[in-house]
Amino acid sequence: MINTFTLDGMSIPFSEGQTIIQAAMAAGVYIPHLCFNPQFKPHGSCKLCTVKVNGRQSSSCTHQALSGMVVESNTTQINDERRMLLQMLFVEGNHFCPSCEKSGNCQLQATAYELHMMSPHFDQFFPDRAVDASHPEYLLDFNRCILCSLCVRASRDVDSKNVFALSGRGIKSRLIVNAKSGLLADTDFCGDDKAANVCPVGVILKKRIGFAVPIGQRSFDEQPISASPHPVMKEV
Amino acid sequence: MVCQINTHAAYLDPILIRHRPSDLLQILILAQDHYGYIHSDAIDHISAALKLPRSKIEGVAGFYSFLHLQPPGAYRVLFSDNITDRMSGSVALMESMCSQLWVEPGKLSEDNLLSIDTTSCTGMCDQGPAMLVNGLAINRLTQDRANAICELIREQVPVSAWPAVFFSIEDNIQRRDILLDSHFQSGSSLAALLLRGTDETLQQIKASLLRGRGGAGFSSGAKWELCRQAAGDARFVVCNADEGEPGTFKDRVLLNNFADMVFEGMTLCARIIGAKKGFLYLRGEYRYLLNHLQAVLQRRRQQGLLGNDILGHADFNFDIDIHLGAGAYICGEESALIESLEGKRGTPRNRPPFPVTHGYLNMPTVVNNVETFAAASLIALNGGAWYAGIGTGASSGTKILSVSGDCDCPGIYEYPYGVTVAQVLDDCGARDTQAVQISGPSGVCIAPDEFGRRIAFEDIPTAGSFMVFDKTRDMFEVARNFVHFFKHESCGFCTPCRVGTSLLSNMMDKLANGYGSPYDFAEIEKLNALLQSTSHCGLGHSACNPVLETIAKFRPAYDTRLAHKDFVPSFDLDRALSQARQMTGRNDTGAHLERSQD
Ligand SMILES: Cc1cc2nc3c(=O)[nH]c(=O)nc-3n(C[C@H](O)[C@H](O)[C@H](O)COP(=O)(O)O)c2cc1C
Ligand code: SF4
Ligand code: SF4
Ligand code: FES
Repeated sequence: MINTFTLDGMSIPFSEGQTIIQAAMAAGVYIPHLCFNPQFKPHGSCKLCTVKVNGRQSSSCTHQALSGMVVESNTTQINDERRMLLQMLFVEGNHFCPSCEKSGNCQLQATAYELHMMSPHFDQFFPDRAVDASHPEYLLDFNRCILCSLCVRASRDVDSKNVFALSGRGIKSRLIVNAKSGLLADTDFCGDDKAANVCPVGVILKKRIGFAVPIGQRSFDEQPISASPHPVMKEV
Repeated sequence: MVCQINTHAAYLDPILIRHRPSDLLQILILAQDHYGYIHSDAIDHISAALKLPRSKIEGVAGFYSFLHLQPPGAYRVLFSDNITDRMSGSVALMESMCSQLWVEPGKLSEDNLLSIDTTSCTGMCDQGPAMLVNGLAINRLTQDRANAICELIREQVPVSAWPAVFFSIEDNIQRRDILLDSHFQSGSSLAALLLRGTDETLQQIKASLLRGRGGAGFSSGAKWELCRQAAGDARFVVCNADEGEPGTFKDRVLLNNFADMVFEGMTLCARIIGAKKGFLYLRGEYRYLLNHLQAVLQRRRQQGLLGNDILGHADFNFDIDIHLGAGAYICGEESALIESLEGKRGTPRNRPPFPVTHGYLNMPTVVNNVETFAAASLIALNGGAWYAGIGTGASSGTKILSVSGDCDCPGIYEYPYGVTVAQVLDDCGARDTQAVQISGPSGVCIAPDEFGRRIAFEDIPTAGSFMVFDKTRDMFEVARNFVHFFKHESCGFCTPCRVGTSLLSNMMDKLANGYGSPYDFAEIEKLNALLQSTSHCGLGHSACNPVLETIAKFRPAYDTRLAHKDFVPSFDLDRALSQARQMTGRNDTGAHLERSQD
């Protein structure tokens, strides 16, 4: 017997141990998400993937699928809440999309388009976050960090390096790197690391390839994020 | 200061040798004692010794308010910033000390000697205004005492040589019932347990209908049974003495006077679930209790009530370690507490699984409040039926309240469940009461027409905080203080709470500055709905409560703030110029656009 649950009326098969979003993705159904990436252990922090499970809100990236559960995702109420979460992420950092190298390849931006976010709505926080350009090949623009911890997980669990970690607390939470100087150049980070290629937004950027693929021809310009949530970025 | 790595080894190695890498938080707390902050070279040494990356160590240190990676000064003054401290004058005292000592709040003085800042409620609301100086509690601040402290700091007198009377802490036990009046003999509950047998004692705990005293009110017997049945190589007992909910201080008094009862309750639990190891997680603000508690543990070992072969039973081995917190309210949440015990950032875990099956080191773990363990000792002694006969049907036994605010006799009051709010107000000598905040900022705000309601799980459940506000108090400022508390204590893990608590606190500040509009109420409702439905833990779920409750019950306190009936832009050009005015020392009309005066 195949295990299934329903998601917005559709029957979704799952295997033992899968979470709701994993099963949905395997079935080709998109649930908005930012801190989830199928290659890593789910984290459950951005809350974009919130769904209603049997009437109660829960994070679909961490919620184990169970046979017969009734899941709602694409509803007006939940999408309104997701839009508010996106607006919160936009005002919390400094996101000037037109001048960002990640524009068009950015999951935050693409998700905002997907959910028809028209304005940031809240007052901007304009936090003061310095850029780390110390590394010869990579730039860290913390202004765009959404604290999803994907780079932390990638560096720790895949690269076995712990280049990145979260520090601070609350609204003062911030990403740090593993160096006494606090600078990326003084870590053992390198471009082949998994962590170099997992940031969903424009923090961890390779230097000197700026705008190699013109805006307008980038991943999410060609198809919306719901069609291909984790496209392989075009290499030049 | 020039520091060699080996100067750090001298004080770090004795610490490191006694701890495992998973005790990282404890190591950092002890390491900090040396210089008052954790030196960057010390991190190198800890990192090499424990084989932990620096990023992890800095990540942990950065989470806890009481840990510093930069020098905070030889004197680190922290004013308790609960609303009750403010009501007894803490704001003016802090301003006075800042101006006397020439230091800006939150900044290191120019001579690097001191810093003065605020901290969340230190659990001394019955004897405020309160402060911590280098981690030690000083209460009952007056202008005279503040002046004396300024003088001591200016003269650079070491805190250990300050007048002892500054550090005296009162218990203020105002009403005793079965627990506080029990004249408990250490060992008596364990003897009863051994006589009755483990299974039967668990039945008594279940029959007592005891429910957790830390807030959620889960059945303690059921929790112990679930943990006992859960699969695992080891099991753990954890006593939650984080007591961070503003206005709560009963665990402080219990640990000071009834530590034996608490430790004995933990030992009972250990016997029932089959644990060999327990932890008391003591909030950093209560560090002054550490020596006393260690002495009680040591005496209990000598009495054969802890350690190996407890009371001569070869298969009864259990001991308790004390872990300190370091200024993070969220570590009262049980899964964050366990993360902190494991030496990590205090971020709540994804649940399920719950601690009863996957707790400390992923092993089955019981986490209970201090008062819950003390009550369990009484039940083991006197039986479940006796306990269930006290209180109300759904809420057995007694509850210890921490009463503070506008009343003649603040302090600790123990009542059988079912007592009315009016009765408590009468007993503590409260007059002209406008409101009572029950169970802290996360709890409920009660107006006079509800004073007939009862303290009980079925009516008003509470972790114990009972803050009284008379008619002179501004309930808007009460709510604003609570909202700032949540913003400061949000762990930052999830988006809605991390950003939402800041948005909410900005909105309240905007209202306070007279720039609010009815539109803001709708915004607050929306934020509340979002935090309720998408936050990761209880902190986010309840962060909007204080505002919603006071809007519903004390609307005039908000209406006076509404300068505008309609929407106004939140950006105020004139206010934006205030920094420039401060820098140029001007405040004349030419330096203003139209509205505000600084
Ligand atoms: C944000 C937050 C803070 C908490 N703080 C405390 C606390 O300081 N002390 C406490 O005993 N329980 C606290 N709790 C409740 C604990 O998570 C847990 O339910 C309790 O310790 C279980 O013990 P009990 O069943 O004996 O009440 C808190 C919960 C939340 C969500
Ligand atoms: S740098 Fe990128 S991947 Fe890392 S936490 Fe920030 S947003 Fe996430
Ligand atoms: S609700 Fe707040 S405190 Fe709880 S996990 Fe989220 S950010 Fe942390
Ligand atoms: S994708 Fe599930 S919480 Fe971020």
